[in-house]
Amino acid sequence: MKNLSIYKFGTLFKTQYANMLEYRAEIALWAISGVIPFFMLNIWTNNGLNESINISNVMLSRYFLSAFFVRQFSVVWVVFTFEEDALLGRVSPYLIQPLHPFIRYFAQHIAEQLTRFPFALLIAIFFFIFNPQSLWIPSLLTIIVSLVSTFFSFLIQFLMQSIIASFCFWTEKASSIEKFLFIPTLFLSGLLAPVSSFPYYVKSWIYLTPFPYLIDLPASILSGNQANIIRGIFIQVLWIILFFSIFKKIWKSGTKKFTAMGL
Amino acid sequence: MEIWNKKVYCYGLMNIKKYLKVYSYFNYSSFSIELEYKFNLLIDLLTSILGLIGSIFLLSIFFSNTDEIGGWNFNQALIIQGIYTILNGITNTWFNPNLREIVKYIREGTLDYVLLKPIDSQFWISFKRISPTGLIEILLGFFVLIYCLYLNNIAFTLISFILLTITLICSISILYSLWFLISTTTIWFVKTWNATEVLRSFLYMGRFPIDSFSFSLRIFFSTIIPITFITSIPSEVLLGLSPAWKIILEVLVSMIFLVFSRKFWKFALRFYTSASS
Repeated sequence: MKNLSIYKFGTLFKTQYANMLEYRAEIALWAISGVIPFFMLNIWTNNGLNESINISNVMLSRYFLSAFFVRQFSVVWVVFTFEEDALLGRVSPYLIQPLHPFIRYFAQHIAEQLTRFPFALLIAIFFFIFNPQSLWIPSLLTIIVSLVSTFFSFLIQFLMQSIIASFCFWTEKASSIEKFLFIPTLFLSGLLAPVSSFPYYVKSWIYLTPFPYLIDLPASILSGNQANIIRGIFIQVLWIILFFSIFKKIWKSGTKKFTAMGL
Repeated sequence: MEIWNKKVYCYGLMNIKKYLKVYSYFNYSSFSIELEYKFNLLIDLLTSILGLIGSIFLLSIFFSNTDEIGGWNFNQALIIQGIYTILNGITNTWFNPNLREIVKYIREGTLDYVLLKPIDSQFWISFKRISPTGLIEILLGFFVLIYCLYLNNIAFTLISFILLTITLICSISILYSLWFLISTTTIWFVKTWNATEVLRSFLYMGRFPIDSFSFSLRIFFSTIIPITFITSIPSEVLLGLSPAWKIILEVLVSMIFLVFSRKFWKFALRFYTSASS
């Protein structure tokens, strides 16, 4: 039984990867649209803003490059796909299949990340050509730990969006609720400014939210900036467990509420 | 000759009337679609406030480490936020919902029907839909601007009002042309919606003073993606810091953009080869 579900996921992943490769130009554009951290880096170093937070130019540029990478591999759009599928009536056949519909979306995301990887690498190479002094090679252990942390960050975001996507069973426009998630993620996750630079009145409560664990933690690990790695990953796991149980509950009551659309 | 002139004049006048009438019908139909989702309006109100708080928060992080970035102090940089919020609202109200449709028109081949209509195709495509979501942002942006007038002790005169209006109209034209240019490329590439996402992320940098970037990025943001003209110059005008040549340059640039986007649309249409059966 266990093997069968791995087999199913493998097949789904392969087909989705083939599908994504077909749209590689689009995915390249998505990758380019993630360059905001580099612009932010430019503002930070050009105005000497990092002097008072004790992060050198080189460390800050590594941080923002890592933030770029983490963001590339934790982008989630499941709510938009699910909403479209729900409105067009594609969800009904998915529900009949002996496979949770979200496994399909999950495979889609993983396949997209794999397609995105070469483009992200290319952007990073360009970055190093312009900033050769910030080139660094993290140890194998660092890479593995930051990969795990990035994957956990992706899982947290995927589960949060899946919870919102489940609202599709009640409302037609669940994707607009997603903005409540997107805006805090943008400003509080560390994509635009490292969390260590936040004022005290925000730092005092921000670690109680999932946001700093989305970008700041994995990016700090990868770039070698200060981070409490073990505690951070432990909290990531806690958030995953919490969101997963909420998702399961909402999904259960949502499917009871389900009324087929389309056709 | 006089009769001929008169004819043209009447025809032109009637044309404007016709377009205005069509436009009011467009608005009516889009509003009745959008108002079906009243709950969405509430969400949009809350998220635009959240977004504004977020960007002011980011600015405050910058300014907690320094007194000025790129020669702008916090109160002055807030003006840029206001202008950006207004322009972003305009993008969300008019440009975004319409130009998103171009992709659909071309993929499904329904552009045929638009081209057959006795009305300008660019007009139809650019103004068909209106989404009230951005209107709230525009209001918020104006509130920020008014507050900034008070913060910066600006004596708001008639001249500065006229200049601000002119530069804002130019910014809107440039923004529109950029969106329309990228959407037009759909005729060749079919799926360019992601390219607008790239544009969106570049425009995002319009929240910050252009002088805060390094020299090479300043060049990039003045030529390829001209956010200098879009947000910085109107803000400088409001502060009374903008020399006359900058305003004239902005007018010129916006005209070039408008004419070029128009020409480019006409050019692209020659390559349009319907879709489906």
